[in-house]
Amino acid sequence: MLSSLNKKLLRDILHLRGQIIATALVVACGVASFVSMQSTYDSLLITQQDYYAEYRFGDVFAHAKRAPENLRASIERIPGVASVQTRIVSEVVLDLPGLREPVQGRIVSIPEHRSPMLNDLHLLRGRYVDPRNSREIIVSGAFADANGFDPGDSIDAIINGRWRRLTIAGVALSPEYIYEIRGGDIFPDNKRFGILWMDRTSVAAAFDMEGAFNDLSLTLAPGASEQQVIDEVDRALEAFGGTGAYGRSDQLSFRFLVNEFAQLRSFGIVLPLIFLGVTAFLLHLVLSRLVNTQREQVGLLKAFGYTNFEIGSHYLGLAAAAVSGGLLLGMLLGVWMGSWMTTMYADYFHFPLLNFSVGFPLIVYSILITLASAAAGAMSAVRNAVRLPAAEAMRPEPPASFQAGLLERLQMTRVLPSSARIIFRNLSRHPVKATLAVLGISLASALLFTGFYFFDAIDRIVEVQFRQAIREDAVVAFNSLRPQSARRELAEMEGVRSVETFRAVPVRLRSENHSKRVALMGTERNPDLHRIVDERSQVFTVPPGGIVLSDALADTLGVAIGDQVTIDVLEGARPTAKVELAATVDELMGMNAYMHIRALNRLMNEDDVISGAYLEIDPKYSDVVYAKLKRMPAVAGVGLPGAMLETFNETFGKTIGQFTSILVLFSSAIVFGVVYNAARIALSERGRELASLRVLGFTKGEVTRILLGEHAFLTALGIPIGFAVGFFLCATMNNLMDTELLRLPLVFSQKTFVLTALFVALAAVVSGLLIMRRLRRLDLIAVLKTRE
Amino acid sequence: MKRTRPATVPETNDGAGLIKPAGGPEHIVGRPESEPQILNSMQAIFRIRGISKVYRMGDVEVHALRSLDLDLYEGELAVLLGPSGSGKSTLLNIIGGLDVPTSGEVHYADHDLTRATDSELTQYRRDHVGFVFQFYNLIPSLTALENVELITEVSENPMKAEEALEIVGLSERMDHFPAQLSGGEQQRVAIARAIAKRPDVLLCDEPTGALDVETGKIVLAAIERVNRELGTTTAVITHNVSIARMADRVIHIGSGQIVSIERNETKARPADLVW
Repeated sequence: MLSSLNKKLLRDILHLRGQIIATALVVACGVASFVSMQSTYDSLLITQQDYYAEYRFGDVFAHAKRAPENLRASIERIPGVASVQTRIVSEVVLDLPGLREPVQGRIVSIPEHRSPMLNDLHLLRGRYVDPRNSREIIVSGAFADANGFDPGDSIDAIINGRWRRLTIAGVALSPEYIYEIRGGDIFPDNKRFGILWMDRTSVAAAFDMEGAFNDLSLTLAPGASEQQVIDEVDRALEAFGGTGAYGRSDQLSFRFLVNEFAQLRSFGIVLPLIFLGVTAFLLHLVLSRLVNTQREQVGLLKAFGYTNFEIGSHYLGLAAAAVSGGLLLGMLLGVWMGSWMTTMYADYFHFPLLNFSVGFPLIVYSILITLASAAAGAMSAVRNAVRLPAAEAMRPEPPASFQAGLLERLQMTRVLPSSARIIFRNLSRHPVKATLAVLGISLASALLFTGFYFFDAIDRIVEVQFRQAIREDAVVAFNSLRPQSARRELAEMEGVRSVETFRAVPVRLRSENHSKRVALMGTERNPDLHRIVDERSQVFTVPPGGIVLSDALADTLGVAIGDQVTIDVLEGARPTAKVELAATVDELMGMNAYMHIRALNRLMNEDDVISGAYLEIDPKYSDVVYAKLKRMPAVAGVGLPGAMLETFNETFGKTIGQFTSILVLFSSAIVFGVVYNAARIALSERGRELASLRVLGFTKGEVTRILLGEHAFLTALGIPIGFAVGFFLCATMNNLMDTELLRLPLVFSQKTFVLTALFVALAAVVSGLLIMRRLRRLDLIAVLKTRE
Repeated sequence: MKRTRPATVPETNDGAGLIKPAGGPEHIVGRPESEPQILNSMQAIFRIRGISKVYRMGDVEVHALRSLDLDLYEGELAVLLGPSGSGKSTLLNIIGGLDVPTSGEVHYADHDLTRATDSELTQYRRDHVGFVFQFYNLIPSLTALENVELITEVSENPMKAEEALEIVGLSERMDHFPAQLSGGEQQRVAIARAIAKRPDVLLCDEPTGALDVETGKIVLAAIERVNRELGTTTAVITHNVSIARMADRVIHIGSGQIVSIERNETKARPADLVW
């Protein structure tokens, strides 16, 4: 049997359903964002770890020019090495049916017969290669999907200068290429870059690598020191053109994953915290005002001997109603969104199996943090109810002392109509309430503002990276160094409008105990096609001497302008040099190092040679140019920034777009929750006063104007403050989401301001209409008969 | 806590007429030892000695009670009469354990209300006191029956809520919400609520203040019936002199002190009251 106090609770809940639903929605948003992001994070992390373990993802990787196979035994003997796999890896140019431009393939050797190996393959379709057929390959899943390949299809490739037709036997995934991206690219272009696995004997024959390898991967024994093993491997490979071994943290796919996970994780903490903060705030707003309007009921319960505990629990019950409803809804929504987000990640993270699961601890955490935020919000209101002395509670709240305020001092009273005077006096009479209401509205506006901001940030990245910095139509990479005269050859091709050259050198940059493997780019003095553009769209010119680092890289290395940076070159004669950090550039993407091309040539002790070129191509001739590039033996691959942008828009852009839409949706719910609550409470607090005004002859319109005018004023005040709060929120999020790959620029479009203001105003209008409906039904007699 | 329950309804016309207070504390009327011949058949259930209550309102100190002495006897119906601001509500709040005096002592049976902790006061109210307020203070979201049940649920030995409503003549309307009841009906629900737990003390603060004469009489009749039939010690505060005629004793309060105490030789029936 329900106790009477619980009946009262139920009826209060029913009576306050609008406010409780509004609060529950905010709770649901917070819980949903927490559950979805954390469950996605957990699921991806577990999937990644399981995948790595089950398919034996390597711990250390190394490339060399050509090392004898018998070196493998000595590497296996290095203390700490568990198992070693040697391979032959080579970049080839592919000719795909239906694609005008040349495509880059990476041939990776696999054992003739299927056997457990490091970086093992997971066959999606088809079968393993038949060693009797030297033309059979297995292609990577992303590449096959992007191009619509199936087992049985064939691909043309230039292997060691000769065209060969390869037949697809199977489609597979590898833990090395969960994120399948070509080195140096910002976004994957799965249509034009793919992995081709071929049996070792065939690869060796094709590349004249019998009895040799040029790539190895190894796993570490438990407790082994990665750095020691790397040093030993470097020593072993030194004589064979080793380019420096590296651990997982420098493995491209791993790095992207780690970055993405870190971002997801911090986002999944910050965002729910903000939502739950707003929840606490809303509960405070609703409960403290409820206790205030029910002070006589509190007094009565006390007079009849209800204990503080019983009374406190009663009001906490109201908070619990809002919170538990929101919690349940949020969990369901969060699980659904989490599974959706996880499958969305499958668009660019290629796992054999994505296991979405919501762990029990996550459920417990979300319950705990929600309850904590609810308790934080309800605390002061409940404490007030408990502390209210019984005798005092029985008396109505003493009228606030009225003083001549700012309005009177400024002689404004004469100018303002009486309804405006009532509004302003009421606001100045309850400055704390007014401040809290403004704060709530500005917090909600800030969230919305942050949501819209992400669109701005992405637009800005696209603008800076793809319109201002990368302006070439194609990047040509040579398979070996070419003299500067190669530039002329390219420039003379029909349809090529302009050419810029670059030299790219794999290096390890060091300063004290920090180091980072990057591609050091030698650029022309005043490039027009491929430019370095900073966050503020300023074009940066590389000085003739010294090295230039992106801010992110300079931070990682802990160096400032004027410091010496040690460069370990990881190719050719592998010289080491110390160069002064000439400048840093505030770039949005990547960890980049630049030098003037001549300075880099000098450092490398080489002639004027180039690694590749950027081309501007007349669109009318692009087919001709691509066809010619495809046939040039010196070309290892061609990159198309346009295609990359397309992928960006299709995957990242889409993901971020959907994600941001959800954020905007949630923020709108919060805006509505806050604004509606504030207005609704004002109505219940002032119903009597407004009814008195009606009795005194004020029209319905005038009374509405007084209540909603105050509401509108508070909203109007909250929006600009929301912009300021939003700015700080965005800046905080930016810091948290700052990864080495991508930094979101702190830019805001006019659209963001306008849309934020518009959405908040809309929420205010909708709440206003709902309130107005109640106001019109205000029963004058009844309101006046009951004592406040 | 032990329940103190009067064995008999006290006699009301034992010959005492108008008793003038002597003024000074040593002559305060109402102390059992100062008038044993009159009140020796009755037990003082409340012994109030020298209580003062000072409120601070901004910069001003308000002396609501000034060194007031009073005894209340088991089973009596006392009317505390005084103009507004005389301190009678403050006195009632202190008797009811809603407030504590700034100085002085209040004893209820063997409970020291002045030294009681907040939770002891809560327990005291829960076990012994029933309140009726001028503005009824019903919970608007609960029906008449539920408003009564709200109290019976936390009482040790309550009567049935329906029974309490029957005593105040509201059996027919117990499923109505306060908004559906007239003022007099609401006040009778409040009385039912106050008596349902069989309190030892019934404290009524201006119970008819918001009611018209006829309704007021019905409400007073309900209070009188409870006092007579259940033997509940009852204190009614009012500024309505006419109501004083239904009391055993009339305690006049002014400026935070007791001005005089009279005994009614014959109590008027509420229905015969005129104002």
